[in-house]
Amino acid sequence: MMDTFVMRHLPALLIAVPLFAAFLMPLVGSLGPKVRSAWVFLGALATAAVGLALAGKVLATGTVLYVFGAAIPQQTLPPDAAFPIRIMFQVDALSALMVVIASLSSLGIAIYSLAAESKQSGLETFYAMLFLLIAGVLGMVATGDLFNFFVFLEISSLAGAALVAYRVDDGVAVEAGLKYALLSTVGALAVLTAIGILFAQYNALNLASLANRLQFTALDQVALVLLVVPLAMKCGAVPMHFWTPDTYATAPSSVTAFLVVSSQASLYGLFRILFTLYGHLVQFSWATFGWFLIVLGVLSMFVGVTMAIPQKDVKRLMAYHAVSQTGYMLLGVGVGLAVLGDADALAQYGKTAMAGGLFHVINHAMYKGLLFLTAGAVFYRAGTRNLNKLGGLGHDMPWTMVFFMIGALAIAGVPPFNGFASKLLIYESVFRFSPFLSIVAMLVSILTLASFVKVFHAMFLGPRRAEFAAVREVPAPMLAGMALLAVFVVVAGLAPQPFVDHLIVPAVDAVIDRAGYVAAILGGR
Amino acid sequence: MTTELLLKLPYFTVVVLTLLGLAAMIFKRNLIKILMGLSLMESAVNLFLVATGYRTGGVAPIFTNAPSPHMTLPTVQALTLTSIVIGVATSAMMLSFAMVIYKKYGTVDADKVKKLKG
Repeated sequence: MMDTFVMRHLPALLIAVPLFAAFLMPLVGSLGPKVRSAWVFLGALATAAVGLALAGKVLATGTVLYVFGAAIPQQTLPPDAAFPIRIMFQVDALSALMVVIASLSSLGIAIYSLAAESKQSGLETFYAMLFLLIAGVLGMVATGDLFNFFVFLEISSLAGAALVAYRVDDGVAVEAGLKYALLSTVGALAVLTAIGILFAQYNALNLASLANRLQFTALDQVALVLLVVPLAMKCGAVPMHFWTPDTYATAPSSVTAFLVVSSQASLYGLFRILFTLYGHLVQFSWATFGWFLIVLGVLSMFVGVTMAIPQKDVKRLMAYHAVSQTGYMLLGVGVGLAVLGDADALAQYGKTAMAGGLFHVINHAMYKGLLFLTAGAVFYRAGTRNLNKLGGLGHDMPWTMVFFMIGALAIAGVPPFNGFASKLLIYESVFRFSPFLSIVAMLVSILTLASFVKVFHAMFLGPRRAEFAAVREVPAPMLAGMALLAVFVVVAGLAPQPFVDHLIVPAVDAVIDRAGYVAAILGGR
Repeated sequence: MTTELLLKLPYFTVVVLTLLGLAAMIFKRNLIKILMGLSLMESAVNLFLVATGYRTGGVAPIFTNAPSPHMTLPTVQALTLTSIVIGVATSAMMLSFAMVIYKKYGTVDADKVKKLKG
């Protein structure tokens, strides 16, 4: 009885659980730090459980629909109306992939921050914001309503900006938070304008029914630009990447790891808009928009990695690498979009390229999160992020060093870690599309490896230093959080095939299957 | 003719407000003024949403008082309300950021608030 109730209302719980955890945090926190920690852990565990259960249900039985406030949550069309009027969640395989990413990394990050943040003050607000950020990200990837997407985008931006500025740090963090908040708000206003333009023409906010009615008028093209540009900015694609190094470097490490996931939710929005909303129109040229993504991707890959190499601040360096890795996802999915009209090319390499791109999304969330957490661990003990001042930490922080190595080898695409698995898919398929692009991608990987070898050397190798005599290994919860992500990195690297078959390929099919997305809501109408 | 112009007036206002806001955000160096520019742009978007919801001869959806069962669906008005609430939260947060920056740096001049580089 209870089981079926929970299973029926999983999509609602996906948002309700983190929101509940967030808003009760100040109350629970007043009972003492131990109760608060337990609450954070339980909240994160429950969120992850709901997320994974929902993803499992989607992958087993197909798209899950949930209409809020309806007597029958699965009934998308009210009996007396020809179009959907309520807000609904539509969780297909692509959303399920994103939900898995967000739930797994939020669990690891929450466990890590229990120890990492324990010395800070104002923790109730911190954790409340963290859960709001999680709720925002989960909402963005689960919703089937364009305005609802905007609301969750704003929730995640606001919570993200508050978290970035959480440690005032002589004003530097607040400066970064303000920058992030300003850019996010301007971007969100553009998205809202686009939603207004679309609603004024088609009287619909539901993604599926909008997709069904879209005519590609001049106004729709304006709306497309207003949707795509802010979302590309939020996912940190060059040339709109300037906020990433500031934001990622100044935020607490656990937050940075989750900001990566939040930027990937924007990436999800970008794919949803391009494939599902605008994907079917005859006037819509596949090649143009495919190449748009490819150019963004190649620029991000190359500019990101070249900017990363001279950095002295380890988190700034990793932030530029995050920009660079986002490029791989854009490249993979861009190639798929470019050949979407050509069934042969799509079957031969287009789908593989998209699978590589989407697989890289989940891999990136895991190894990049892991790397940011190790950087946070080093900062936690050594008190500096400056590579010129660090050194010799490998003697006293062996586990952190091992986790860093796993993350660094994975980001550089070295086998047998998960970064290799997804990059190989991208190299192989992109080579058949354009050998030049594939070579650029490989070159960027080599530069990434070079950059991380330098970081590894600067942080962990060398003799023990006098100023770091007091450095010990970080507390167990931090190690546990890192271990959770590291295990995924290794397992997905050793045995990528089950992940690709059961998680990625359904997601690719879901992205391409626009008609299916629309039919799930509108039925035959 | 005049009615048509009047119906289009909100859209002209939207354009003017957006441009004013953008200009303030780009050319002003004072953080507070930049945030004022952002606020102007928010108002412009809200006005745009409400303007698209106007139906000539439409009936407000107040069930007890409606002359006919055909009423205007107040979706955009609901969107605007949500957007206003979000706008309040954003403005409050960013203004408090500006306050902290003033306390730490002693200035709200965007050219001088630049510890972040590279």
